[in-house]
Amino acid sequence: MKFGFSREQEEFRSNLRRFLAERSPPSEVRRLMETEAGWEREGWRRANAALGLTALRIPEAHGGQGFGFGELCIVLEEMGRVLLCAPYFATAVLATGAILNAGTEEQKRALLPGIASGETVATLAFAEDAGRWDAAATTLAATPAGGGRWRLDGHKSFVLDGHTADLIVVLARGPGSAGEEGLSLFTVPGDAPGLERRPLRTIDMTRKLARLTFRGVEAAPLGAPGGAAAPFARTMLEAAVCLANEMVGGAERLREDALAYAKMRVQFGRPVASFQSMKHKAADMLVDVELAKAAAYYAAAALDEDDAELPAIASLAKACAADAYMQTAIHAIQIHGGIGFTWDNDTHLWFRRAKGSEVLFGDAHHHRELMMRHWAA
Amino acid sequence: MDEAAVRAEVRAWLEAHWDPERGLVAWRHMLAESGWGVPHWPREWYGRDLPVGLVPVVEEEFRRIGAVGVAKAGIRMLAAATILAHGTRLHKERFLRRILTGEDTWCQLFSEPGSGSDVAAAVTRAEFRGNRWVINGQKVWTTSAHHADWGLLLARTDWDRPKHKGLSFFIIDMRQPGVEARPLRQMNGYASFNQVFLTDAEVPPEFLVGEVGEGWAVATTTLMHERRGADALRSWALGSDRPGRIYEEERAEIATVMEPYRWYPQRAGRVDLVMERARAAGRLGDPVLRQEIAKLLTLSRAAEWLARRARTAQEQGRPQGPEGSLGKLVASHVARAAARVHTQIAGADALLSGEDGPMGGLIAEILLSVPATSIAGGTDEIQRNIIAERVLRMPKEPNPDADRPFREVPRNAVS
Repeated sequence: MKFGFSREQEEFRSNLRRFLAERSPPSEVRRLMETEAGWEREGWRRANAALGLTALRIPEAHGGQGFGFGELCIVLEEMGRVLLCAPYFATAVLATGAILNAGTEEQKRALLPGIASGETVATLAFAEDAGRWDAAATTLAATPAGGGRWRLDGHKSFVLDGHTADLIVVLARGPGSAGEEGLSLFTVPGDAPGLERRPLRTIDMTRKLARLTFRGVEAAPLGAPGGAAAPFARTMLEAAVCLANEMVGGAERLREDALAYAKMRVQFGRPVASFQSMKHKAADMLVDVELAKAAAYYAAAALDEDDAELPAIASLAKACAADAYMQTAIHAIQIHGGIGFTWDNDTHLWFRRAKGSEVLFGDAHHHRELMMRHWAA
Repeated sequence: MDEAAVRAEVRAWLEAHWDPERGLVAWRHMLAESGWGVPHWPREWYGRDLPVGLVPVVEEEFRRIGAVGVAKAGIRMLAAATILAHGTRLHKERFLRRILTGEDTWCQLFSEPGSGSDVAAAVTRAEFRGNRWVINGQKVWTTSAHHADWGLLLARTDWDRPKHKGLSFFIIDMRQPGVEARPLRQMNGYASFNQVFLTDAEVPPEFLVGEVGEGWAVATTTLMHERRGADALRSWALGSDRPGRIYEEERAEIATVMEPYRWYPQRAGRVDLVMERARAAGRLGDPVLRQEIAKLLTLSRAAEWLARRARTAQEQGRPQGPEGSLGKLVASHVARAAARVHTQIAGADALLSGEDGPMGGLIAEILLSVPATSIAGGTDEIQRNIIAERVLRMPKEPNPDADRPFREVPRNAVS
């Protein structure tokens, strides 16, 4: 399974690819990226219901379909391919992951069916203005407010779809704690009193981020208060692997589009694809993308099998995909030449996604260091 | 014939005949007669007409009982494949059995000083004089030429036809006065290959393979098997450490055949040594080195997973994606990255070789062997052309020499 997809998975992928190509052509991506929300509730609800996408990895007991990361990562790869403008990563990877990893059975029963049905759009707020992706950097303060309720004060930033989510899972720090101790996860409704949400201007206009300010916001704990470090770390591994798979989808699309352009574009009386410099660049691009795909697929299987090397493999896949996607985007613009630098040419939409994904959840340097902490320990 | 039946039959045969105290050659004659040595070959020629998919079953039974197989390493299997596909009845009778028993050693006389990537531009001449072919020219990169009995020779028989159409393919007796093999010393100090000088060497007319002028098609068969055979060579080289006359003889054979390949692990970069070297040097705390090691491991692990994907697709009979064509180029990247990291870890000691160098000279051997990876068996540049043209369907390179008489094609001023 680590080295190939089943016939069912291949079929799932090709159906999804057809559906998404029709639903999310570049014109639609451009329309939605210019909106403040970045996605449309009605359209997303219909698409999600048709394919059961947010239900995919949620256990059947909680209204889901009970598939694994193998399937989830196929969805992400295909969405990355078309730059689908939807709150899928925030809901199905981050929030769903945090709830599954940290929540009690009762909390899962309460929260997951709404996500599975597509009613609830959710996200996870963890990073802050400092721009660090590790739990230890958390400063948002959580104070007990009696009756099992807590109050949150502080801010979060770089929150995927944070300004539009119905449900926000928040990582916060208990009084007098430091490092990875005293961290808790909470759930907060998107319209909670005292919560101020500001959309951020992002380099990748197809993936919206928000800054959230908490002023005495009432919150319900998710899982055991003070015990969030481990479930959060697991959620971040999942996020790294899922993002790697999303990235290779985008990288492959860019590579294919640039190749098609090179075959069509004629200069000096011949297709530019006939120049050896172009052929060698195209071969190198294929190598980059295929290596990143092999790593991303392997990492998805490693998640499903709970591989002992998982922390290193997740970071490897993220770093490999980040470098490959960015390099592919740079080559793709170059192959297009002047037209590739224009707003009307679609290449920059993927270039922006490549840049955003490179940095999101830590860049390649960060993840290479995480790999070494596992392997050289 | 199904798997269980094949397994039962080969097991019964091995149990009745296998004896580790038998001589290696005598045993292999029995394999040739029974067909179990090369079961996928035709029944008429020492095989059993078994589908290739069932060969692993036979090999498993050989391993189970510890039986030695037919001689497989080196160029001899390329010779066998070429002869099976293009040879005459006489070629098959004369050569196939002695290939399988290991009594004959073969070499491949294709590359020349003037034709490396462009093998079809060979200028070694074969002229028919009286009752024989007379060969003059120079070949290079010939593994095992100094102890080979026979050579697969590509030579030009017609200079007025275009490049690919003026070549013919011969089997040449290496043990004759007109053939001189000289070792070719490489930049890493080893001499694993030879230059072969052919001066009025002779080939009888019946040792022509295929028709005159159709040598390129025959050579293509050899080259195709060369690419496929690279893995088999490495796994075969292990031999067995069991006691018994036949194992001793096999070990001696392996030592001779594998001699040229001793440095091959080093040319691949020895990624396996990186972590222990960094730890031993006390350098694992260096953040710059940590980044470089992580980059190398990312590349080598991803390369390994890519290769496994290609193999899995092949085993499941699914059409292979592009991953099958990339391994050679990726291996070059891995080797080069590994050489850089080994240099970084060694620090000043990377200046030293032999007994003075790290690991008794092994690190220096890595640094001086890695450049072969991106050249041998098709340069990185040729690999990129192949990927671009065959996988990505980009336009082919112009070949102005394809339709002109070879005589008029510009050639190396110095060869």
